Amino acid sequence: MTAYNVPSSGVMADPMVVAEGLHKSFGDHHALRGLDLSVVRGTVCGLLGANGAGKTTAVRILATLSDPDAGHARVAGYDVVREAGEVRARIGLAGQYAAVDEKLTGRGNLRMFGRLYHLSRRAAHRRADELLERFGLMDAADRPVASYSGGMRRRLDLITSLIRRPEVLFLDEPTTGLDPRSRGEIWNSVRELVADGTTVLLTTQYLDEADHLADDIVVIDHGQVIATGTPEELKATIGDRLDVTLEDPAALPAAMTHLNTLANTDPTPVGPDGLSVVLPVGGLRLADIVRELDHAGVAAADVRLRRPTLDEVFLRLTDRKEPVR
Amino acid sequence: MTARTSPLRRLGWTLTDGLTLVGRELGRLRQEPGQIVAALVFPVIMVVLFGYVFGSAIQVPNGDDYREYLMPGLFAMVTFSAWLGVMTRMATDASRGVMDRFRSMPMARLAVPFGQTGADLLTGLLMLAIMVGAGLLVGWQPHRGVITTAQAFLLMIVLRYALSWVGVYLGLAVKNDQIADALVPLGLPFTMLSNAFVPTAGMPGWLRFLADWNPVSALTAASRGLFGNPGVPSGNVDWPLAHPVTATLLWSVALLVIFVPLSLRAYLRSGR
Ligand SMILES: Nc1ncnc2c1ncn2[C@@H]1O[C@H](COP(=O)(O)OP(=O)(O)O)[C@@H](O)[C@H]1O
Ligand SMILES: [Mg+2]
Repeated sequence: MTAYNVPSSGVMADPMVVAEGLHKSFGDHHALRGLDLSVVRGTVCGLLGANGAGKTTAVRILATLSDPDAGHARVAGYDVVREAGEVRARIGLAGQYAAVDEKLTGRGNLRMFGRLYHLSRRAAHRRADELLERFGLMDAADRPVASYSGGMRRRLDLITSLIRRPEVLFLDEPTTGLDPRSRGEIWNSVRELVADGTTVLLTTQYLDEADHLADDIVVIDHGQVIATGTPEELKATIGDRLDVTLEDPAALPAAMTHLNTLANTDPTPVGPDGLSVVLPVGGLRLADIVRELDHAGVAAADVRLRRPTLDEVFLRLTDRKEPVR
Repeated sequence: MTARTSPLRRLGWTLTDGLTLVGRELGRLRQEPGQIVAALVFPVIMVVLFGYVFGSAIQVPNGDDYREYLMPGLFAMVTFSAWLGVMTRMATDASRGVMDRFRSMPMARLAVPFGQTGADLLTGLLMLAIMVGAGLLVGWQPHRGVITTAQAFLLMIVLRYALSWVGVYLGLAVKNDQIADALVPLGLPFTMLSNAFVPTAGMPGWLRFLADWNPVSALTAASRGLFGNPGVPSGNVDWPLAHPVTATLLWSVALLVIFVPLSLRAYLRSGR
């Protein structure tokens, strides 16, 4: 149905989104400072960053809404500034807000946008029904959007960007402010799209969202990339976390001292009788740790080694960096 | 820009997409029957309020019928609602991200401002028709034949279209539906400060100057003349009231010349 020929000789690994050295300032505020990015065809890239990190600014440039001050970017093989029209014909954008007409019905919105995507009247009607059916909005199709729940609006916003079967889909914080159930529904929709072969660039502040959906993660802070990798790779960069619960709270100081020597960093006390510490990468084995504690006369009720969460990775990464102004 | 599409084809899409956006406005009306009722009731309220409540105390020169005097003023009021409506709709689209969606789509770039002004023209004609109906009900009539009457309505339509471009520009400038909503009440005093409801002769000099140069007054005076309704100023009056038709046309041209380029530039550059 897509009217555009994807070069069939294309290697699966060719990037659908490439950004090189993007800069963007608002007044004297530097929102992007040399952002580099690459998203492989058919994958989900999670652009992860705190509020104000520059995620929306980056997405707006890639979606041809805004021009970079320096650097360049290509989406689906076309330059976002010089060939903006070609890019627009191949992308979908769903933003942080539900960008639909509140006063029209869900069906009315999809039909209108379908027409504006230059589908014939019949095709626009058919596509609207198809999308409403597939994404579970058929029951609400003839109600004005103003009466929709937050989750339904976002879903409508998402499917509006799918009308033309985009090759690249930009999702800017698609689940911010949604309840867990609606988030889960959006996640499922995104997974379905990727199964269809759509390339997705997703921004989020939620680490678990990136963890669930993204094949690759790009962490940005103050308009710059500070880490990239698969979720597992990122977690591996900070080593495993050790949680220890003591039999006797009185042994806490001794345990702290010992684990500090072992891990080379300060453990964090957790409650009166527990502590937690991140071990060095490629660090110690559980058996060694238990033996060391035993030698020191510290009796542990429980010792566990676990993978760090992406949250911990993120805090580590962003803490380390001084804000550059 | 898609270099491959010819200018003619692009013009075609601008028209098609513009029409889709006009259709959008009609779709919104269908979803809000309340608005249709309000649109029907509003003219009746205005006619009753001004025609009978205030009218009972207002003296029209020569002792003519006040409601004959009033209706051209109410037509002008309807005409000047154009910039408010378009401003609110543009600002709502801008603040809700709908404008960004339009701009990220492969649709004709200029269809949005042209579609919005086109849609306003359609709803404006509807509102005008309802107001005419209300006027006929209370005994207002045009007295100078079909052609001259048509000229009066054409004048209103031309000025309305020009005013809708002021709305496009203001909507893009405020970018915020709440600010736009807050500006709407300014429309009434702007319309009142004119000859639409009372003769300006009794106003203090400075106020009279503002009222006489208000484009609302030019349009009102022009249509009073063309309808053959009372209240056509005579004697020593300011230029716009001595030549109300020319003044209305000049206002229209001036607004278009200033606000079409400003709006298009603002639309193409917004968010860059
Ligand atoms: N139009 C704008 N005018 C001024 N400052 C802006 C504008 N857009 C974004 N910024 C600033 O740029 C920085 C990055 O913003 P943004 O890209 O929206 O971050 P994020 O989406 O990651 O929260 C923020 O400090 C924000 O205040
Ligand atoms: Mg953002």
